[in-house]
Amino acid sequence: MEPVKHHTGLVYPLNRSNIDTDQIIPKQFLKRIERQGFGQFLFYNWRYDNEGNPKEDFSLNDPAYEGASILIAGENFGCGSSREHAPWALQDFGFKVIIAPSFADIFYNNCVKNGILPVQLPEEQTSELVKKAESGNYNLSVDLKNQVVYDDTGFEASFEIINYLKEMLLNGWDEIAVTLTHQDKIDAFEQAQEKTTSK
Amino acid sequence: MPKGVTHMATPKTIIDKIWEQHVVHQEENKPDLLYIDLQLVHEVTSPQAFEGLRMKGRSVRRPDRTFATMDHNVPTVARHIINDPVSKKQMETLQKNCEEFNVPLADIDHPDQGIVHVIGPELGLTQPGKTIVCGDSHTSTHGAFGALAFGIGTSEVEHVLATQTLWQARPKSMNVKVNGRLNPAVTAKDLILAIIAKFGVKFGTGYVVEYTGEAIRNLTMEERMTVCNMSIEAGARAGLISPDATTFDYLKGRRHVPEGEAFKNAVDYWSSLASDEGAAYDATVEIDADEVEPQVTWGTNPSMCIPVSGHVPAPEDGRSAADKEEIERALEYMGLEAHQPISSVTVDHVFIGSCTNSRLSDLRRAAKVVEGKKVHPSVKAMVVPGSQTVKKAAEAEGLDKTFTDAGFEWREAGCSMCLAMNDDIVPPGERCASTSNRNFEGRQGNGARTHLVAPEMAAAAAVEGRFVDVRSYLTAPV
Repeated sequence: MEPVKHHTGLVYPLNRSNIDTDQIIPKQFLKRIERQGFGQFLFYNWRYDNEGNPKEDFSLNDPAYEGASILIAGENFGCGSSREHAPWALQDFGFKVIIAPSFADIFYNNCVKNGILPVQLPEEQTSELVKKAESGNYNLSVDLKNQVVYDDTGFEASFEIINYLKEMLLNGWDEIAVTLTHQDKIDAFEQAQEKTTSK
Repeated sequence: MPKGVTHMATPKTIIDKIWEQHVVHQEENKPDLLYIDLQLVHEVTSPQAFEGLRMKGRSVRRPDRTFATMDHNVPTVARHIINDPVSKKQMETLQKNCEEFNVPLADIDHPDQGIVHVIGPELGLTQPGKTIVCGDSHTSTHGAFGALAFGIGTSEVEHVLATQTLWQARPKSMNVKVNGRLNPAVTAKDLILAIIAKFGVKFGTGYVVEYTGEAIRNLTMEERMTVCNMSIEAGARAGLISPDATTFDYLKGRRHVPEGEAFKNAVDYWSSLASDEGAAYDATVEIDADEVEPQVTWGTNPSMCIPVSGHVPAPEDGRSAADKEEIERALEYMGLEAHQPISSVTVDHVFIGSCTNSRLSDLRRAAKVVEGKKVHPSVKAMVVPGSQTVKKAAEAEGLDKTFTDAGFEWREAGCSMCLAMNDDIVPPGERCASTSNRNFEGRQGNGARTHLVAPEMAAAAAVEGRFVDVRSYLTAPV
């Protein structure tokens, strides 16, 4: 995993609540066995009509947001299915940071495991950012080390992230390698568990 | 401690007990390293995990604590005609991976094949006190047995395959207390839909939910699975129920459950897991079971749900601007008018199946509704049993005949139209009464309109071609 430390990028606002992972990547694209190449299918049913033509009324198709790398959405982002194809699609499309008032638990974890930074901010602040971003060409910076989001017009907000996940993102850890350093403890746990007949 | 006073241990919830029994390693400012007793695997969320192992030269630590099946892509007719080459490749990849890594697999021809959350309990792999994961959000189903079971992403699948553990921050606990008793013909599905309608799609986020109360105690195991299955639709990764005699009776004699003396010991252990009287939860919500009516969802998330006697809401019913907008969008997608009685809505498809409602008791109850009747001429209706075992048992009772005589299609086991990854798809703009768990946009097909209901409500909708209150229907057929 590539480490994530600091990022500045164009903001794309998608001001809807409860965006589920079925919307982020519809099921017909979950059949592939690779991790790469899902970006073309991101928000597919919202981006394209039944004939596969881009829908003009869906804002992600607006050239003004081309190259956006920070997504701002409404509450409970990423709810529903556990499919990791959702963060894979967001990342492959170019998103590095996702800001929302709240995230679904599984999706939040899936983001971190892939080096996407989920930033939870209070609704007043996300609304303010959505407004700024909707007027177009709005850039935001995210500094993970100091846990702060800011722009060049004076907006600044701090966010919480549990230390373990922060370290993982900052260092781009291979989590399995970290866990395997505790192999002796896992062995001991299993031996103790085998002794209790009830398992 | 003063003389004569016995030290009383702090009362614990089942969540505390299972957690504490599975911590492998703990250090400050870090999540706990939690041992995973069982990982269930299916074809959609596992290929990249096995590939990850291969790339790093890692192996599966405990193939004996891993069990795979194929369910999402499998055809439910003509089992071996897989039209989509990408689906076919995904299924073949699972076969290849299971062979290479020695993971037991119930593949498409295996008599145990079925939806992963149906077969785990069926085979007795699911047991109280276990930590269970699967790359599938409906893993919460297994919580019905008093297991701590939750869905994970593919990176975590790989982590569990390699280490049999996960780094997990201790979740908060919530008591969802269901007082009183459900009325006759009101089901576990109606109950969980009513809970989500009342408290919303994210009240469980960050929590493990324990369902308690008289109504929950009175549920059968299959009904408990229906309730726990939809915990994730309330945002809770895991939902569970303390085990009791109902749980032990269900488990006795199943293939992976200990026998004889070992079973007695297991029951003693399982009994010790139930939440203690007076255990503290981080949050509690309550609902009265007797208030619950048969439910029908009208919108595009499971909390957009009303009693069958109700009317579709209007945007102005929203509590906030965002709410109003969401209602408006949902009405448009669903092709419904504000204030329309839900009983006036006609359906084109009926799907009885999914990890929520495809077990034998679900099929029995639906069959009872359709017995001697015919599917409405404008409806295409199908039953997809949750597993080959369920299918065989239903056929032994003649349920298949009841359904096919009425005009239903009787299919092979799989996830099918719950998420339409195989050929079982609802066409754009068409409407489906479905016993599954998600009414998200496009879930059953691009542009498809899903209404979530209980099996008997789906059966009645198949016969009438619209939503009817199955209670009046059962007593006085139209």
